[in-house]
Parts: sequence; structure tokens; C-alpha cells
Amino acid sequence: MKIDFEHRQSAHCESGVTSNLLRDSSGGKITEPLAFGIGAGLFYAYIPFISINNGPAIAFRTMPGWIFKRTCRSLGIPVIRKKFNSRAKAETFLQDRLNEGQPVGCQVGVYYLSYFPKEYRFHFNAHNLIVYGKEGDNYLISDPIMETPTTLTSYELERVRFAKGALAPKGQLYYTQYKGEISNDRIRQAIKSGIKRNVFNMLSIPGPFAGVKGIRYTGNQIKKWRDKLGLDKAKLYLAQLVRMQEEIGTGGGGFRYIYAAFLQEAHTYLPQEELLDISRLFTHAGDKWREAAIHAAGIYKGRLGSQQDFDTMGNYLLEIAGLEKEAFIKLKNIKWGTVS
Amino acid sequence: MKKENVPQDLSALGKITKEVCYATDESGKYATQLSSGWDVKINALDVAWEDINERIAAARQKVLNQETRPILFFMAYRLMDLKLLADYTGFWQWQIKRHLKPEIFNGLSDKKLQKYAEAFNVSVADLKTMTVHEN
Repeated sequence: MKIDFEHRQSAHCESGVTSNLLRDSSGGKITEPLAFGIGAGLFYAYIPFISINNGPAIAFRTMPGWIFKRTCRSLGIPVIRKKFNSRAKAETFLQDRLNEGQPVGCQVGVYYLSYFPKEYRFHFNAHNLIVYGKEGDNYLISDPIMETPTTLTSYELERVRFAKGALAPKGQLYYTQYKGEISNDRIRQAIKSGIKRNVFNMLSIPGPFAGVKGIRYTGNQIKKWRDKLGLDKAKLYLAQLVRMQEEIGTGGGGFRYIYAAFLQEAHTYLPQEELLDISRLFTHAGDKWREAAIHAAGIYKGRLGSQQDFDTMGNYLLEIAGLEKEAFIKLKNIKWGTVS
Repeated sequence: MKKENVPQDLSALGKITKEVCYATDESGKYATQLSSGWDVKINALDVAWEDINERIAAARQKVLNQETRPILFFMAYRLMDLKLLADYTGFWQWQIKRHLKPEIFNGLSDKKLQKYAEAFNVSVADLKTMTVHEN
């Protein structure tokens, strides 16, 4: 069977899946940036005592699964979400939904995802895609980061749905059967609550590792990396930072551009001039992240490498922390007018 | 980022699909743009793979020196640490460490070898002979 489902490419997998799954009920109103912003997707965290792929654990976005959850909750849309212990049950459940004509979002691991190029396949378990049918033994897949729809055999899909390791998906799938309309008023409320939640995440999470404090902390750590880790390992660490920031799914600039796009779209619903000014601040922050990435590349390619170069790199992050702090404080201080 | 600054350097992914970026047009309004890749991140990925390839080569050499058995090689090849391999196979980490010893590996049952082979997505024969097929 094949469900009538329009594949649309997006920058980020989860906000793309969210936007695509909600397209029918929202009449296309919930775009990717809106899903990202309402879901309070922007984040930063550096967790120094765990390592991923022998490098630092750095995140530029919120926890996997939360964007879909928060977006739907804020919009008052009921979500069905299931994890499985049994592989057989996981497949039967998926098949039953497809037979009912229900496209389904799945959390999967990237490592054994056969249509990805080998260079991009790491044990990262928080990728999202939509299954929208089955022909023979092939599941029809709409992976939001791909330009066109693709397929996975039932064995391949099972393998990625039951990938192991951190954030193991355990066959997790999610969908909504909501068919009602999403009013503009509802969207306005959801935008405000998404901004409020994001302000909290970036400014008020206790401890030094999360939000703008986390960016500042990383900046200060980077200055010590050369002495502490040795040049070779410090290069690897910087390369990992850049990969987390720019890799597929970020829309560039560690998600800062998507967030800037969200604020512009928010402005069409809530015409407050500040939103456009703050959007420009996030564009500026995204540009700075990219400038920092170019500088980092100079180091990991071996063109740069002195302690002074590491200091410059650290200072980029300190500057960005300042910029984003300013932007989020401005967001926090918006006095929402009554909008008709 | 302005539309015209969206990088178009061909990456491994770019050969298969372009990726969506968010960039501003002349009036400063955001829209999506396709990018085929960016040198800065292509290089970052290269650095990561050079490191991985060194690990794989070192593991291979250890197997060739008869210090250990191909499980170690495939762990490096499949980017798995002990914990992840334990998750995939259902063995405890201490069991895997034990299985890495040549004399223990040689006596492993086919059933146990099959678990490793499945985790690494290779055949048992390839597992024993440290043979890889690109996939």
C-alpha cells in the first residue's frame, strides 16, 4: 500500500518530520521553522565528562523527540507514541497503521541506514523519518533530509528502528490522528510558549554546561585544550564541534539560522517589531558560529595551531555567548501586545 | 547567512542529495536554499575519519600479530565500543573482553560467532578471516 503523502525536504529531521506529519491537519501552516521554534528546538550543551566518538559531547539542539512533543502539545494536538520490546510487534503495529492510511514518524539509528553515504554513518540514534507505505518487501520512506523519497527493506528498517547504544530508539514511532483545524490564535499562543520555553533553556538551566553559560564554558575550555589534550586530540575535538554545529540537519550555523527564520515567521502572526530585530541578532550569531568554524578548520587542517589560535577560537565562543544572551534577554522582555 | 553565501562545495552527501540551509534574500527575508556541501565541514568529517582509519589499522595490526582476534578489528571498523557491542550482541562487556583472547575466540561456538557477525553485519566466515565488503 502507498499512502498519499507528499515528501518535502527540510533542513532538520525532527522539525521536518513534525512539519510534514502536521501538514494535513495544519493545512501547511506549521512550517519547519515554526515547528522548530514552537518546539523550543534551539539549545546548547557541552557535557565534559562523557565522550561521543572519542570526542566532546556537544549539542546545538534540544533533546530528540522533544520538538515533536512540545509542538503538538502547544498546539493542542494529541500524539500517539509507542516503544516496543518485540521487533515483531513493532513491525505489525507499523503495518496496521499503514493499512489504515496513517503515515508514521519513526526514530531510527543512522549507522545502518543504507541510503546514507558511508562517511556520514555514525552511531547516532536520534534521526527521524516518515514511513508512508510498503511495496513488496520495501517500506516507502520520506526522510526529510533527502531530496527525494527513498526505500528500506523490512530487514533494513527493523535494523535501524532497533539500533543500539545511547538514545536507542526501541522501535519508537509516533503520529497524530488529529484532523481538526489549527487556528491562528492557537499558533500565536504556541509561539509565545515556545519562545518562553527556549528563553528558559538558554538562560536559566542551572549549572555551567547548558545554554549560553555552556557556550561560555566551552569557549574557556577550548583555550585549555591545546595544553590539556595535545595538539592532535585538540584538533579532533574542534572538528567534532564543527560537525555538531554544521552537519546535515542544522540548516547552518548550529540551528541559529532556522531560529532566526522562526522569529520572522512569528512576526507574521505577532507583529511586534522586536521580533525582527532579534531575528537579525540570531542571524548575526549564526554568522559568528560559521566564522568560528572557518577558524577551527584552519586549526584542524594544520594551517593554524598556536596557543594564540586556540585563544582566538575560545574568544569566538565567548563573543557568541554574549550575543545570544543579549538576544534571549530581549526575547524574554518582549511585552506581548494584544493581537486581534 | 545571505543566499549568495550558501556554500556549494561538493561533499560525499552532496553526490546523493543536496541539503537544505536557511539563508536571507536581498530584503533580509529567510528562505530555504540548497547546498551541496561546505569545505569546512567536509574537512571536519575527514579529520574524524582519519582518526577512525588509524584505529582500524592499529586494530588490524594487533590481529595480524596474533595478539587478539578479529572482533577487535570489526569493533574499530564498525565504530563500536565495548558497551555498544554488548548492547548489540547481548553479551556482557567482560565476556567480550574474554572473547578477544585468541585461545578463547578459537573455541567460540558458531552460535556466539553468529551474534558477533550479525552485530557487525558480516558473515561468520568473513568475521573469522577479517574480510570486509563495502556496504
